[in-house]
Amino acid sequence: MSDKRRWLETTYAQGVLRPARFSTVSDMEIEPLYSPDDVKGSYDDALGEPGEYPYTRGIYGSMYRGRLWTMRQFAGFGLAEDTNARFHFLLSQGQDGLSTAFDMPTLMGYDADHERALGEVGREGVSVTAIDDMMRLFDGIALDRVTTSMTVNCSASVLLAMYLVAAERNGIPWERIGGTIQNDMLKEFIAQKEWICPPRPSLRIVTDMIEFCARKAPRWHPVSISGYHIREAGSTAVQELAFTIADGICYVEAALERGLGVDEFAPRLSFFWNIHNDFLEEVAKLRAARRMWARIMKERFGAKDPRSMMLRAHAQTAGASLTAQQPLNNVVRVAIQALAGVLGGVQSLHTNSMDETLALPTEQAVTVALRTQQIIAEETGVANTIDPIGGSYAVEALTERFEREAMGYIGRIDDLGGMIRAIETGYPQREIAESAFVYQRQLEQGIKSVVGVNKYVVPEEIPIATLKIDPAIEEKQIQRVRKIRRERNSTAVKEALGRVAEACRSGENLMEPICEAVRRQATVGEICDVFRSEFGVYKDPGWI
Amino acid sequence: MADKRLRILVAKPGLDGHDRGAKIIARALRDSGFEVVYTGLHQTPEMIAEAAVQEDVDAVGLSILSGAHMTLFPEVVRLLRERGGEDIVVFGGGIIPDDDAKKLKQIGVKEIFTPGASTEDIVKWVRENVQPRA
Repeated sequence: MSDKRRWLETTYAQGVLRPARFSTVSDMEIEPLYSPDDVKGSYDDALGEPGEYPYTRGIYGSMYRGRLWTMRQFAGFGLAEDTNARFHFLLSQGQDGLSTAFDMPTLMGYDADHERALGEVGREGVSVTAIDDMMRLFDGIALDRVTTSMTVNCSASVLLAMYLVAAERNGIPWERIGGTIQNDMLKEFIAQKEWICPPRPSLRIVTDMIEFCARKAPRWHPVSISGYHIREAGSTAVQELAFTIADGICYVEAALERGLGVDEFAPRLSFFWNIHNDFLEEVAKLRAARRMWARIMKERFGAKDPRSMMLRAHAQTAGASLTAQQPLNNVVRVAIQALAGVLGGVQSLHTNSMDETLALPTEQAVTVALRTQQIIAEETGVANTIDPIGGSYAVEALTERFEREAMGYIGRIDDLGGMIRAIETGYPQREIAESAFVYQRQLEQGIKSVVGVNKYVVPEEIPIATLKIDPAIEEKQIQRVRKIRRERNSTAVKEALGRVAEACRSGENLMEPICEAVRRQATVGEICDVFRSEFGVYKDPGWI
Repeated sequence: MADKRLRILVAKPGLDGHDRGAKIIARALRDSGFEVVYTGLHQTPEMIAEAAVQEDVDAVGLSILSGAHMTLFPEVVRLLRERGGEDIVVFGGGIIPDDDAKKLKQIGVKEIFTPGASTEDIVKWVRENVQPRA
């Protein structure tokens, strides 16, 4: 027993405190001191060694001594060839994995020439309408050597099919392509809000993809269960953790219901976290996530394969933490966030660029962001030993608190009847909106500080150069789509789309019919139109 | 005559799903005593203009983070004029570069709020710049 109570009442009580609220970014109150009394779990039970259950200290035995995390910068803008050039640039700078950002029409399943695409083509990501675009996007890149991440959700089945067909055309068998497609529809309804059909058919499409990849593309991660967007939408760190793990539970249940064995697909599930400014909170969240997932997979779902229990994670520094004011300060924020990600034991990382509150990043800004990771890896020494801050009383106590509070939320979601039901009633959506509102209030009342926004404000801003997207891109892409429509065999396309519709109705796995439609040059919009007519369209309930 | 409560339409044009700001603004305006109608996400300029006229609002607040503001904001202004809503005050917010903000103000968007604007600033601006329509 440490005599923390005595210390609190005597030595500590003699000091004069700063007039501050000692709480995390998420407003979790933090104690003045953590001591051995605050850590309940035993070493073997709660931590275990790295690479061993419950993986609190890391999922791999050698962690970064074996292999550094993958430095994976998210990139995409303009036409496929513009993004292809950025990919080649990033690879030449020592980046080792690709990550694709698509534009809003592609993400929402509209072609470039659709009226809803007006003004959005190529603007916040790359425009991909048909297989030719996908071929251009990965031109000169060995798809069997580089792993690719594709951030796309409601139209993910089509984009994955395009990637598969692109590999096929390059003579690379599906078993040899590796990568991740985000494809996490549950968090779309909860936070990011890119959707086509209602939650239930959306979950069916995701499950088709999990099943398909388990059988045909075994190196592919068919879903990246994402807390990132939940946090960006304004949740607390505990809510991010809880809702994301609850989404994971929902996907596992859906795949089991489909008849897959848990160890057949669970080793290919992966996660995606947000890393905000509050250092200890973020490290604790990442460590708690691994422990929770391991326990849930083993105890709740009876997984036997250790890989089913390992929570593999990508992380990205928090976009919402960046400020438009004094943008150079963002370099510092990103560095600290990235360090939290690394000390939290992630497998891959994206560092945001300093200019991203203003526009898509310039090449210079992206380079600084990538160099930030390289400096952490090569210069700071934190990759020399595994889980160097494990065992800190504060870190371990917070890790336990995160697990406890997140399991509380998961219990409430179970009581509601699972995540789909919870989403239909708006439970996670309202919880997040409430947290976002509370945070904004605290910011405006000065309870929370953001440098350059409500503290150390300077009247004049240093302008930094930002990337401009040429508006002519939209017209060019529209012409390309029209040319494809003119020149392809339209009867063959119609037939293939008919087969996709049939599979929607019969319950047959959608992926093979979608691949065939893609081969025949059906577009993203056309295939998603089949979903719209077969499954219906989801409308935002507009809860405030 | 008692003050008529101002009616504000908070609208999300474009395809992006970033509704954190729009919802915070909607709630802050409502908490400050305005009548607030929130359109929900993914609205076309037509849907927004239609809703503004139908709901007989005094102002429309547009929130956008997709980069398509130079296409969508002018379209909302144009359609409002076309449908007899030329006196509805249009203001907006999002990731909008200064140069774009200047151009938008020239074509009739009354104010543009950028990252870092507080809800208090916005509520105050609405109080000072929006009058009940005749």
